[in-house]
Amino acid sequence: MFDIFLDDAPALVVVLPLLISAIIAFMPSKIWPWIISIITLLLHLFLSLHLLKEISVSGLIIYEFGNWEPPWGISFKIDGVNIGLQLLFSIFVLVSTFYSRKIFLNEIDYRDSGKAYSLWLLAVGSLNGIILTNDIFNLFVFLEISALASISLIALGAGQNRKALLAAFNYLIIGAIGATFYVIGVGFAYAMTGTLNMNDLVIQLAQYSDGQLAIFAGMSFMLIGLMVKAAIFPVHIWLPPAYSYAPSAVSTLLAALATKTILYFFVRLLYEVFIIYPNYLSLFLDFVLYPLSLLAIFIGTVIAIYQDDIKKLLAFSSIAQIGYITLAFSLKDHSGVSSGFVHIFNHALIKGGLFMAVGYFAILYKDRVTLNSLKGFGYKYPITSFALLICGLSLIGLPLTNGFISKLYLFQALYTNQMYFSIALVAVSSALAVVYFWKIVEQMWFSEIKFKSEKEDAYIYLPIWIVTISIIVFGIYSTPIIEFSNLSADYLISGYQN
Amino acid sequence: MSNSFLIILGIITPLFAALFSYVCRYNNNFRDSFGIIGGLITFVISLKIFHGIQNNEVYQITFFTLFDGVDFAFKVSALGSIFSLVASSLWILASIYTIGYMRGAGEKNQTRFVIFYSIAIHAALAIAWSGNLLVLFIFYEILTFSTFPLVGHKQNAESQSAGRLYLSILVGTSLIFFLPAIFWIWLKTGTLDFQDGGILMNKFPAEYLSFLIAMLVFGIGKAAIMPIHRWLPAAMVAPTPVSALLHAVAVVKAGVFSFLVVVVYIVGPDFLLQTKSSDWLVWLACFTIMASSIIAITKDDLKARLAYSTISQLSYIILGAALASSLALKGASFHIITHALGKITLFFCAGAIYVTAHIKKVSDLKGMGYKLPLIFFAYTLGALSIIGVPPFIGSWSKFYLIMGSIEREFIIVAIILGISSLLNIYYLLQPVVIGFTQNSKKEIKLIKAPLTVWPPLITGLGCLVFFFYANYFLNNISGVIVN
Repeated sequence: MFDIFLDDAPALVVVLPLLISAIIAFMPSKIWPWIISIITLLLHLFLSLHLLKEISVSGLIIYEFGNWEPPWGISFKIDGVNIGLQLLFSIFVLVSTFYSRKIFLNEIDYRDSGKAYSLWLLAVGSLNGIILTNDIFNLFVFLEISALASISLIALGAGQNRKALLAAFNYLIIGAIGATFYVIGVGFAYAMTGTLNMNDLVIQLAQYSDGQLAIFAGMSFMLIGLMVKAAIFPVHIWLPPAYSYAPSAVSTLLAALATKTILYFFVRLLYEVFIIYPNYLSLFLDFVLYPLSLLAIFIGTVIAIYQDDIKKLLAFSSIAQIGYITLAFSLKDHSGVSSGFVHIFNHALIKGGLFMAVGYFAILYKDRVTLNSLKGFGYKYPITSFALLICGLSLIGLPLTNGFISKLYLFQALYTNQMYFSIALVAVSSALAVVYFWKIVEQMWFSEIKFKSEKEDAYIYLPIWIVTISIIVFGIYSTPIIEFSNLSADYLISGYQN
Repeated sequence: MSNSFLIILGIITPLFAALFSYVCRYNNNFRDSFGIIGGLITFVISLKIFHGIQNNEVYQITFFTLFDGVDFAFKVSALGSIFSLVASSLWILASIYTIGYMRGAGEKNQTRFVIFYSIAIHAALAIAWSGNLLVLFIFYEILTFSTFPLVGHKQNAESQSAGRLYLSILVGTSLIFFLPAIFWIWLKTGTLDFQDGGILMNKFPAEYLSFLIAMLVFGIGKAAIMPIHRWLPAAMVAPTPVSALLHAVAVVKAGVFSFLVVVVYIVGPDFLLQTKSSDWLVWLACFTIMASSIIAITKDDLKARLAYSTISQLSYIILGAALASSLALKGASFHIITHALGKITLFFCAGAIYVTAHIKKVSDLKGMGYKLPLIFFAYTLGALSIIGVPPFIGSWSKFYLIMGSIEREFIIVAIILGISSLLNIYYLLQPVVIGFTQNSKKEIKLIKAPLTVWPPLITGLGCLVFFFYANYFLNNISGVIVN
């Protein structure tokens, strides 16, 4: 009897969280919203696994909403490019929801803790929509829903620190500007081609093969809009305050997945649609994305060194890490795109784990976590501290962690493209990462203050350790991540070479 | 016992020593005994492996694949068997010495100290027996991180900034130069395994080889070649057992050992000799030898003086590797043993003087020779060995190095080695001269710490005795370098 539902699995992974979110909104703030969210996300994971099974058989699923055929109706597309991301998304959301309960109870008003899950599922559903949609206007809708949901979630941090409101407002304004840019671009594209479906767009654009100013303008608008949303340097300014003042569970979700899904769509748009203008594409990649990535890597790392607030430090490190991903995507070949996807996976785990651990420290310390406040935490809370240490070493990129695998493939990609300067910059930046991360370790273990170890909450450290162990496992057995990334790159790059 | 089991046991024993020390942290005697027991076990294993290598036995074990062509594997090379023998045998003595020193000096946090000490030895042994360059790199980093708490042990402002300098230089250089160099080798050859004769021949462009060598020698910051030497004097704020075992033996020797391994098993001496791409390094090593000897003369702090002497001696090994002829490599490999024995003696003595008389400076040593005769006797033995006077073991390695430089027709290098010996005589024997000739006016209260006196005597006498058994080690070394 489940078969009826399974046929609609591509729609359900998006619709189910959205639907449940509406139901939760009317429920009292007890434990139920959380339990229902967990059940929903378990179903979500089950559906994602089903999609994986389907994909491994057929290789491509086009889901038409209401049986309206594209290009008229909205369609979802699942193929080798996004199935890996879908799976990661599903699993990580489940883990972080499990983690979020105690955090929400401590960080936000009890009366809001139920409502938070309504927003939470709204964000999950819409972010998942970004991964699956095959329609550029539909993407705009999901972008807006996810932005509004995450802005409200960030604003919930106001109970801890009023600056959360300012951060949310910043995100609202800058995010709205980004979305406006994007939708203007969509408008141009629609005016020229009369279609919104990505596959159809490629076909329609082909008639302007010599290029049209309106098309280029539209493409530029779309790309800039997405760059704002993906927090690519220098339009990243909304990200550090948003990540650092949001409730910790929200930071975890956003840092691990929000920018990653948009980056995914960004690269999909580049290599699947805009590829028909190779000159424009290589102009954009070589003279915009590539230099900006290098700047992001360097400046993000350097600013992170001077941060005192740990969540801000991690946020700036995210800017640099997004730089690594876009650097890889700007390489225009299989190895580059593939290593970009590898880092999307790995960095989601690393940064998710770091934010989780720091979030736990925040509620233990009952204030913002600064370098000073971490004194002696290594002895006081050994279980969480040790997880933080492993995640941090992975961020630096030491062998036996998945961060090393990322770096290995990034170096390989850069090397095959003979970008020696970038190799040097990446190497220097990873050495600088030692500086900011070791400041944390030094405070935690090697300050003069000593504590006896205290009891830690298993509900919180279990999810942290699940992420941490996956970091080590994927550092040693990296085949799944490599294969998913290669699959994504195969799909995207085959278009480039044809 | 099977060969692969021996490797696992040897690598794990120090970890267990650390674990047991933690478990028995409330009983000081139990806690500190595990260092000695662990040292004995690893020493027996290292000795067995050392003999096995002489009989052409193969010691290797593969755990899992990390990525294409690179396994997490251990395989004992002839060079590695020497390094592990040195590290494990000196660990026994250093553990005994540690008990005397730490209690005599009344240091805090002794449990943490003992634990990280054992972990550092674990990393050093794993480096010695690593099967490929990436495994070596992994444990190289573990060694850095595990010695950081030891360097910053006193937790005051001075040791904290020294710790930061230590970590930033060692980790920084390894991430900026060493790791990219490893990637480069892997991209060109598809493997990182250590093989006799090297893996780069015909696969790596010869015109870039000097560049690769530069990345390696500066990336392996533990080898302390100038200008990447600042971390070593800074690390001297650590308690003396650390300076003795780690910063005269395990850590710095891990550095030069890594570089030697790269030259012998990755690049291949033949390839180096053909391309002459390490000749520039010969001059840099010579510069380091001379410059640090001169700096050592100016240092009044005994440990700082010994640190600069270490930098100079490490460059002997780098020099031998850079010369890459069979005699020079023989000398360089042997110098790992001779310098370890000599320098640990000197550091032991410096620490013993500090514990018994609270003297750190050379100029304060006036008349101490009569009060601490045994320590000064041991110190003299170690110093003579490092200077290279027969019949001390240090004369062998210097002899081979000079022969090697003549073999490569670097006559100036041979002369520089001679001048350096003269400088050695000056700055190493000056403390002895001061100790026995001048009279002190100050009355100094002496504290008894017998456990700090016997280890240096043993190693000092070792310098003398092993001169006659040099062939025992040289047999293994000649197996390594077949040109």
